[in-house]
Amino acid sequence: MRQLFPRSSNALSRVSIVLLLGLLAGLGWVGAELSNSGYVTGEGVVLNQPVPFSHDHHTAGLGIDCRYCHTSVDRAASAGIPPIATCMNCHREIWTNADLLEPIRAAYRDGVAVKWQRVHDLPDFVYFNHSVHVANGIGCESCHGRVDQMPLMMQAEDLTMGWCLECHREPEKFVRPRDEVFTFGWEPPVPQSQMGPQLVEEYGIESLTACSVCHR
Amino acid sequence: MSRLKVLDNVEQPARQPGDRADANPLPPEGESVALENVSTGRRLTVDAVRDKLAAAEGPEMWRSLEELAETPEFEEMLHREFPRQASQWAGGEVSRRRFLQVMSASLALGGLTGCLQQPREEIIPYVDQPEGLVAGEPWYFATTHTLNGYGMGVLAESHEGRPTKIEGNPDHPASLGATDVFAQASVLDLYDPDRAQAVKKLGRVTTWTRLADELGGALNAQTALQGSGVRLLTGAVSSPTLRAQIDTMLQANPQAKWHVWEPAAADGAGAGTASALGSPRQAVYDLQAADAVLALDSDFLTTGAGAQAYARQFTARRRAWDGADKMAATGNGTEGAAGDDTANAANGSGAGNGADREMIRLYSVESTPTSTGTLADHRLTLPPSEVAAFASALAAELGAGGGAPARFSKPRAAKWVREVAADLRSRGSAALVVPGDYASAEVHELAARINQALGAVGTTVRYEEPVVAAAGEAAGSLDELVADLAAGAVDLLVIAGTNPVQTAPADLDFTAVIEKARLRVYHGLYEDETSRYCQWMVPAKHYLESWGDAVAFDGTASLVQPLISPLYDATKSEIELVAALAGTSGAKGYELVREHWQGQAGASIGATGDAFEDSWKQSLHDGVLRAAGSGAAAAPAAAVAASGGAAGGGAGDGAENATDAGVAAPTLGTAAAVARVQAANQEDDLQGAAADTAILEINLRPDPTIWDGRYANNAWLQEIPKPITKLVWDNALLISLATAERFGLASNDLVELAFKGRTLQVPVWVVPAHADGCGTLHLGYGRRHAGRVGDGVGFDASAIRTSDALWTLPAVEVRRMGGTYPLACTQDHHSMEGRHLVRTGSLADYQANPDFVHQMGHVPTLTMFPPYEYDGYSWGMAVDLNACTGCNACVIACQSENNIPVVGKEQVLNGREMHWIRLDRYYEGSLEEPKMHNQPVMCQHCELAPCEVVCPVAATVHSDEGTNDMVYNRCVGTRYCSNNCPYKVRRFNFFQYVDEKTEVLKAVRNPDVTVRNRGVMEKCSYCIQRVAKARIASKREQREIRDGEILSACQQACPSDAIAFGNINDPDSRVSRWKEQMLNYGLLEELNTRPRTSYLAKLNNPNERLAEPRAGELTA
Repeated sequence: MRQLFPRSSNALSRVSIVLLLGLLAGLGWVGAELSNSGYVTGEGVVLNQPVPFSHDHHTAGLGIDCRYCHTSVDRAASAGIPPIATCMNCHREIWTNADLLEPIRAAYRDGVAVKWQRVHDLPDFVYFNHSVHVANGIGCESCHGRVDQMPLMMQAEDLTMGWCLECHREPEKFVRPRDEVFTFGWEPPVPQSQMGPQLVEEYGIESLTACSVCHR
Repeated sequence: MSRLKVLDNVEQPARQPGDRADANPLPPEGESVALENVSTGRRLTVDAVRDKLAAAEGPEMWRSLEELAETPEFEEMLHREFPRQASQWAGGEVSRRRFLQVMSASLALGGLTGCLQQPREEIIPYVDQPEGLVAGEPWYFATTHTLNGYGMGVLAESHEGRPTKIEGNPDHPASLGATDVFAQASVLDLYDPDRAQAVKKLGRVTTWTRLADELGGALNAQTALQGSGVRLLTGAVSSPTLRAQIDTMLQANPQAKWHVWEPAAADGAGAGTASALGSPRQAVYDLQAADAVLALDSDFLTTGAGAQAYARQFTARRRAWDGADKMAATGNGTEGAAGDDTANAANGSGAGNGADREMIRLYSVESTPTSTGTLADHRLTLPPSEVAAFASALAAELGAGGGAPARFSKPRAAKWVREVAADLRSRGSAALVVPGDYASAEVHELAARINQALGAVGTTVRYEEPVVAAAGEAAGSLDELVADLAAGAVDLLVIAGTNPVQTAPADLDFTAVIEKARLRVYHGLYEDETSRYCQWMVPAKHYLESWGDAVAFDGTASLVQPLISPLYDATKSEIELVAALAGTSGAKGYELVREHWQGQAGASIGATGDAFEDSWKQSLHDGVLRAAGSGAAAAPAAAVAASGGAAGGGAGDGAENATDAGVAAPTLGTAAAVARVQAANQEDDLQGAAADTAILEINLRPDPTIWDGRYANNAWLQEIPKPITKLVWDNALLISLATAERFGLASNDLVELAFKGRTLQVPVWVVPAHADGCGTLHLGYGRRHAGRVGDGVGFDASAIRTSDALWTLPAVEVRRMGGTYPLACTQDHHSMEGRHLVRTGSLADYQANPDFVHQMGHVPTLTMFPPYEYDGYSWGMAVDLNACTGCNACVIACQSENNIPVVGKEQVLNGREMHWIRLDRYYEGSLEEPKMHNQPVMCQHCELAPCEVVCPVAATVHSDEGTNDMVYNRCVGTRYCSNNCPYKVRRFNFFQYVDEKTEVLKAVRNPDVTVRNRGVMEKCSYCIQRVAKARIASKREQREIRDGEILSACQQACPSDAIAFGNINDPDSRVSRWKEQMLNYGLLEELNTRPRTSYLAKLNNPNERLAEPRAGELTA
């Protein structure tokens, strides 16, 4: 009886099964990498803003404290994006003719708000509160990175739930004294492993991992 | 002018499917090969199609078919020739084929990109941020909600300049921190998409200026006549500013008249007290001073002015179990207001306000089951005519006039008269008789006389000057207006704040006479029934957008301040409209109110000149009009002078000039009425039970959820299950079991009511606790132009209402129509089935055996789960069944706070209502006179929760503070948790119930709570958003959460303070103290769920001499 399949089919079938499995694994790996990448989480992505505002210049360069603009960070859930009036506090007097700042001046003149592209955007089912983190001794740079070195704002961390839980499970690894919250480039004077637990004790920090802490 | 026809809404007639008005015209000849054979006519026939197809061949044939298939003609032909049942989707004009095309395209195009990346958002700050405003943190402003003219102070929560939730104002005596259902739901009305938005003349949009001009012209023309052709019709008014404006208008036009029509006004009170006391008076009760109360057809604990305050007072005297925790009639605790200690005082550091006094006893004689009756120690049901006879007999027994006792249909009634009289007499000035708002004038008269005879006037009741200008006293009535209209005496008619075309009694035939007025202006929130009969429509401002004021039941005046700029620029408030009539058409509400209180009225609160600004700010802040620097509320409505300028009675000396001489026997022939009804019913008996027609007395009542119909377009209120009956989205004729059996009626049967030549068809609903021989029908339904939500819902009771029988129709023929109507009810099951769900006992039982509650149940102790140590906070809740009246304030507060959707009647018929709190109502005892019990059931947050162990995706887990957390983003909708829950408190979004499309409704949602999508389970969360807010605030301020700082929405709204919530790890917290009581038990605790919500058993205080016979338990 004539053979239907040539001999090479044996090898071919084995190779193709292995390749198929490899392909599936590869796709899975690609998917996993993709979902952890900046494409999905936004980490490291610089967005086009109406005005290329430089945190580097304003904080490190001019020495303006975070709270001058982000006024409600210690009182409310949202840290607050400054109103145009805040920008105009200075830019009424300086750089008054700069082209770069025209959208700001126009907004102030016409009463039309400026639409910034949101950089740190948690999903809507996450209820994050800035004030309690600031009150508990978490520095701005712990989550937002070295904003004072960013010529254009970008997200420094991936802000995934897993990343949040790293700290929520072990706050002693990340906590700093309350008066250093707004300092950039702070290093603990004694090792964090020593200081952390002390601060956790002193500030009465609980490692909150219940779902309703963030999901309401 | 009178040729003006009835205005119909300027809308096109509804498009019907198959309407060919603008169907696709045929393409020009030759353009399309496939259709060239169809050029002869628009209609395809099967033969034509067959011919065409036969002529085509090969690929052309398919092209023909395809092209054919897209044309409406082909569809029509198909329908004609081959009618099919399910040819179309219910939803629209999409064929199955098209649907698949679209869906597959979407899947391919939309695909996975939606899963990967979050859509980019913009973040838009202010240009100039209002000072002090922090994005995301709400502000609270005090304002006043008005119903029936009476004001109730509320605090409105405002997120970024939009009000999202109404809460009570702890400083206002009519609220005490709580609200009723209407105030809670009023925030939804603000954002109602059906609201009138523009000034319209004859249906066409125009401007206010044009109206002002025309009004000015009309008024000028009237000057010579001194305004004799001018009429103003409003609802009940207590607002001092509005009264002042009306006075100004009347002074400028002395012959003009002001009429009041308030469909749900308590008319009997004025007439009755006038007979008894010499002038119309308003009764203000003090239940804290009462030991025994008789309610005559009265629902004083939930309905009517001051009900919330009375509920609080009543509960304080009802709590026999804890002398130290009497909730005095002060605030309900505030939401973490900094340093407000009055709240803590109210939290039970208990200056026992009556701590050493015994439990108040409540008797209720009623013809329709009321929430008040559910808390009564003794309840007797009688038809309304016999209630009047009862009052008469009681008065005779107590020497307060009245007639000879009539023959009652129930032998018990005579015994009641004796025993109740004896009890009341023994209490003397601590006794009280409360007549129902809608009882007849003679019942009010008798009640006033009885109170006088008992010596209660001045202690438990005060008779004060009426706060609200009601018809017949300060203003004319609707009858008089109709008479004037019929006589052609009216040239200018302005209607504001009332909807007479819908609500006027049918015998006045308002629609026939209204057009006799030459110029008609209507002011209202909606373009409703009355606006269609008026040339001008002026859109009204909602109270949350306007300036004004109002007076509460006890005379406390408070301001109405806006929370938001008017959503629609053209709207005007009532004050502004009437000011236009008074000559100042451009005045703003703000200026008008300020001017009023700066003037003479201001003097009455001691605020003139410089002191005024301070007083003004203080009053706005507190929500109660205050004299500068004083903590006391302004002197009561003495400031409100009727246009006759009566000096007004102040507080307290209500004892008045009561004379015992000359008490007349009540008129209106109650004995005759009773005899007539009984005779008629006996006749029916003689004719046999097969008689098709019955004669019943029918009670008309304002609906407990949509009142007189003004809230018919408020979906929250339409869906709130009515107290006792638990009906939604409809009204029905409520009758008792015996009445139903006698006339062969069952629930859902359609009957026709005939009264004085008018008829109305309604369905019947059997209510075991109803009185025999009578029925109850609620007003406010059957509206034709309420809006999308309210149109055509229910049955219009005003069709058989007459102006001489506003609240009780004496002899109505009820005829079976032979048909049924599906009524949606959220509780079909009435019995506790032998389980001890609501545990009750008498006070004597409790005193003899304090542990009797625990002996009713058994709590297992074995569990295979290891115990968990709650080191920090551990949240728990306790519900006091002694206090719950079943008023529904908690249900709707929860709906407002937690963005709970409305599902509509059809879904409720499927049992899919979404309310997180369910108010169960159980009957207990005999079938004829059952006791009623209310029990609010929400998620019990069980320690050993059956729902937590079965979720496949861990979407419902226990937090480390004890709450059962529902994580919406994890839920995949298996519904196993709901299956496992023994309390059935979980709600599933079977469809996309939340309206995500209507823009304006997005504003009412609470941003602190997730808005759930289709396919997600939800349930009570112990208001975890409020808990989190308090926890965060405490961390920020480095302190512990104080007891009373967290008020769950239900707790805050409850007028009778039935709910306590707090930290059970703190032995001093209120909830811990409640849970320590011997009366404390868990619902279904024998299932070993270890619920964190527990209940305090209901005690009653019966009169042994009135021991009721116990028949078998109610089954099914």
